[in-house]
Amino acid sequence: MKKLLFMFGLLLSLTVQANEDVHLDKAPINPSNLPSLQRGAKVFVNYCLNCHSATSMRYNRLKDIGLTDEQIKANLLFAGEKVGETMQVGMKPRDAKAWFGAPPPDLSVIARSRTPDWLYTYLRGFYRDETRPTGWNNVAFANVGMPHALWELQGEQHLQVQEIKDAEGNKVESHHLVLAKPGKMAPAEYDAMVADLVNYLTFMAEPAKSKRLQLGIIVLLALAFFFMIAFALKKEFWKDVH
Amino acid sequence: MNKYLTCALNWVDERFPLTANWKAHLSEYYAPKNFNFWYYFGSLAMLVLVLQIVTGIFLTMHYKPDAALAFASVEYIMRDVSWGWLIRYMHSTGASMFFVVVYLHMFRGLLYGSYRNPRELIWLFGVAIFLCLMGEAFFGYLLPWGQMSYWGAQVIVNLFATIPFVGPDVAEWLRGDYLVSDATLNRFFAFHVIALPLVLLGLVAAHIIALHEVGSNNPDGIEIKKNKDPVTGIPLDGIPFHPYYTVKDIVGVAVFLIVFSAIVFFAPEMGGYFLEANNFVPADSLKTPAHIAPVWYFTPYYSILRAVPPLFNSQFPGVVAMGLSVMIFAALPWLDKSPVKSIRYRGAQYKGWLVAFVVSFLILGYLGTEPSNVWGQFGANVPVLGGADRATVVARMLTVVYFLFFALMPWYTKRDKTKPVPERVTG
Repeated sequence: MKKLLFMFGLLLSLTVQANEDVHLDKAPINPSNLPSLQRGAKVFVNYCLNCHSATSMRYNRLKDIGLTDEQIKANLLFAGEKVGETMQVGMKPRDAKAWFGAPPPDLSVIARSRTPDWLYTYLRGFYRDETRPTGWNNVAFANVGMPHALWELQGEQHLQVQEIKDAEGNKVESHHLVLAKPGKMAPAEYDAMVADLVNYLTFMAEPAKSKRLQLGIIVLLALAFFFMIAFALKKEFWKDVH
Repeated sequence: MNKYLTCALNWVDERFPLTANWKAHLSEYYAPKNFNFWYYFGSLAMLVLVLQIVTGIFLTMHYKPDAALAFASVEYIMRDVSWGWLIRYMHSTGASMFFVVVYLHMFRGLLYGSYRNPRELIWLFGVAIFLCLMGEAFFGYLLPWGQMSYWGAQVIVNLFATIPFVGPDVAEWLRGDYLVSDATLNRFFAFHVIALPLVLLGLVAAHIIALHEVGSNNPDGIEIKKNKDPVTGIPLDGIPFHPYYTVKDIVGVAVFLIVFSAIVFFAPEMGGYFLEANNFVPADSLKTPAHIAPVWYFTPYYSILRAVPPLFNSQFPGVVAMGLSVMIFAALPWLDKSPVKSIRYRGAQYKGWLVAFVVSFLILGYLGTEPSNVWGQFGANVPVLGGADRATVVARMLTVVYFLFFALMPWYTKRDKTKPVPERVTG
C-alpha cells in the first residue's frame, strides 16, 4: 500500500489529465459590475445552491455586491435561513453520493481551484450523451457526474465529431457542439447569464479581493513615500564615509 | 541625554549589560564600509522571520488543527476574521519570500567566500537555519489541508519509507497513522508553531553571535581587522553598524516591503507558485491529483529526486541524492581551496563552475514544477535515449553538474588563476 502511494506520488506526476488540454473560452467577467454580480447571485441561489453548498459564504456578505439585508431576505432566502448564516444545502452527503457517484463539491472557492475560464467553458459545455447515467456529458469535464442543471435555459446540445486534417496532414478529431433543441434562452442570452454566474462565483471565492486591490494602491504609495525618506536619511548619514 | 533617562540607564546597566550589548552589536560593531546590494538579505531574512512569527501568532488564534475543520477555518480567516485575509496572505507570501531572501543570502556567501576561515561556524549555523526553514515550510504547508498540502506531505513522508528495511515503519511513525491523517496534521501543527520556530530562533541567535565574534566578510574578501588604527584599534575600513548600516538596511526594508506588498495585494497566488489552485480543493485521501509538485522553493531538490533512477526497484538512491544535495552546502568551507575568497579575485574556472551551478539549480527548479514529460520524448530513432523523457535526461545531466560543482571544487579552486588581492577594501 505504502509503496503504491509512493509510486502514485512520484510517478503519476508523469501523466497529465486529458481534459487539461481542453480549449477554454475566456470568461467575459467584470468584478466591478454589481448588477452582473447580483444577477449571478440569483442564478447561484436558484440553480446551484440546491445541491452545491457554499459553506464559507455568508448570505449577508452579499452586501458587498450592493444588496441590502432586506433584499437578501426577500429574494434569496427560501428555507427560513438567517441572513448571517452560511450557504448550506439540505441534501445529505451520503444521499448525494448514491445519486451522483460523488457528493457535489462545495463551491465557496471553486473559482480559485478551477479558474473562471474553466467554469465558463464547463457551464456552457454540456451535451446529450445517452451512455451516461444522467444522460449528460461535458466537453470540459469528461464523464462528469453532474447533470445539466441549466438545460431548460440552454436547451440540448449535441457533440459533433468530424475527422479533419491538421496542418501536418494527420487525421484528427474535431469536436463541435451544436444546439439541437433550443431552450428558454437564446444562445447569447444564455452565455451572458453564465458569465454573470461565473462573475458571482469568482466574487464568492475571494470576497475581500476588491478591498485588497484598493488597499494595495494606498499601501504602495505609502511605502514609496517611506522609501524616499529612508533613502534621504541614508544619504545624509553616509556623506562622511569613503 | 535627559538626566532621569541616564539615571535609569545606569540603574539597568548595573544589573544587565544593556549599554555593553548595544555597543558590542550595534554602535561599536565595525562592519566593512564596502557592503553592496548582496548584503541586504541578512537583515531582510530577520525581518521576514519576525513577520512570519507575528502573522503566525494571529493565524493560530483562528486556525483549527483538525482534519475536519482545518480547510474551512482557513477560509473563515479569509472572510470572517477582521483583516484575516491580509494576515493570511502576508504569511503565505512571507513563506515564499523567506526562501527568496535566504537563497540570495546564501548566493552572497558563494560569491564572496563568506563561508571561509574564520567563518565556518557561521556558515554551518546558516545551513542548519536553512534545513530548519525547509522543515518549517514543509510542516506549515500541510496546515491549510488542501489537496496539494495533503499529497505533498504524503509524497515527502513516503520518502522515508524508501529507507531499506526500516523505512515503512519510520514513515508510519512520522505520520502517526497508516496514511496522512488528523494525527499527522496535529503533530505537524505542533512542529510548525512551536518546535521549529524555537530551534530557528536559537540558530539565528547563534548565527549572529558567531558573526559578531569574527566580524563580517565583504565583497573583497579581505579581513578588515588586519588593518586597524594603531591608536583606537578600530578597523580602518570599518564603520559602526549603527547608524550606518541600520539606516542603509532601512532602505532595503523599504524596497523589500514594496515588492512584498505588490505580491500580497496584487498577486497573492503568484500565478500558482505561491498558492496553488489545487490547494483550494479540500484534502481527499481517495483522490490523487494528476500532477503533484512541491512549492517552488523545493523544486530543485525534487527534480534531483526524480532524476536519479531507481536501484533494485528502490527509490532510495534518489532520496539519498536529494538529501545530499541540501546537506552538501555544509561541506563548502572545506571543499574550497582557493587562496582568495571573493569572486572579484577568483579565476575563470570558479566563475565558470558557479555559473554552471546556478543555471543547473534554476533549470532543475523549473523542471521540478512541471511533469517530467513537459518537453516530450526523444524520438524512437535516437540511440540509447530513444523514447526517454527529454526533461528527465536534462535533469540527470544537470544533477551531475550540481554535484560536480561541489565534488570537483578542491581541484578547480586550487588550480584556478587568481588575481592579487588588495590590502584595503576597494569600495
